[in-house]
Amino acid sequence: MAELLANIHGLWEVVRFPLGAFMCLAGSLLCLVGTVGVLRFPDIYTRLHAASITDTSGAALVLIGMMLLSPGWLVISKLFAICVFLFLTSPTASHALANAAHTAGIQPVIGRVGSSDAEGEDA
Amino acid sequence: MAYFLGLVLALAAFWLGMSGHNTPLILSLGGISVLATSILAYRLDIIDREGSPYVRLVGFLLYFPWLAKEIVKANLTVIRACVKADLDIAPALVKVKTICKSDLAKVTFANSITLTPGTVTVEIEGDKLLVHGLYEQDSQPEAFVEMDLRSARAIDGKGAAA
Repeated sequence: MAELLANIHGLWEVVRFPLGAFMCLAGSLLCLVGTVGVLRFPDIYTRLHAASITDTSGAALVLIGMMLLSPGWLVISKLFAICVFLFLTSPTASHALANAAHTAGIQPVIGRVGSSDAEGEDA
Repeated sequence: MAYFLGLVLALAAFWLGMSGHNTPLILSLGGISVLATSILAYRLDIIDREGSPYVRLVGFLLYFPWLAKEIVKANLTVIRACVKADLDIAPALVKVKTICKSDLAKVTFANSITLTPGTVTVEIEGDKLLVHGLYEQDSQPEAFVEMDLRSARAIDGKGAAA
């Protein structure tokens, strides 16, 4: 039994660095996708949706990847605190942006938006 | 009293997680800082349901896995919309009615909507939320009923969702 546990532990030590690196890479890719969305979408409200990919899955994947790469529990607890605060504050910031735009009277683009008419459109 | 204890415990756990030093001097300094923070919070009169929501931690921990699943699902939709060769979105503004009673539950519900990619809470008035969605068909008021029910149950307790 102890030998099995030691085996699992050894395997985990080998696996966790590539896994963590892969998750960091995937998270960075998702951040890139979110940026592409921010540049492509027509108005502020839709751009916020694209930015929320960066907020949630991108940041979460990078943080989990860093947790796998981290040397000890202390770093993991700090990364976990970052994760918690990020998940509490980023929707609040998004809401503040959307609410400010709404209060300023910016009308959102409503209805189907195709690629042909989205290019010249300005909210 | 339960709120005060919850705050002290949360602060102590946070301090231990941040510091990692175990010498008596540093530990006692940490204890003093936790105590000072608690006394300041008491004097500010912010130790209540909202300032120390750790009593509802279990309900929230049960709620979070479901929310994480929803976030992953919504992420896939929005990622597809971002990288699609031809832009094909149908944004919409929807009014959603919530059954959440307390402010904390409303905040949880609104933050859950905003945290889910593809939907952003624009405004809250009383028990009505103005939600902007990336896809009209995905952001009908019926789509938020389950999230509303679950966040009300997580924060307001079992009785509120009845």
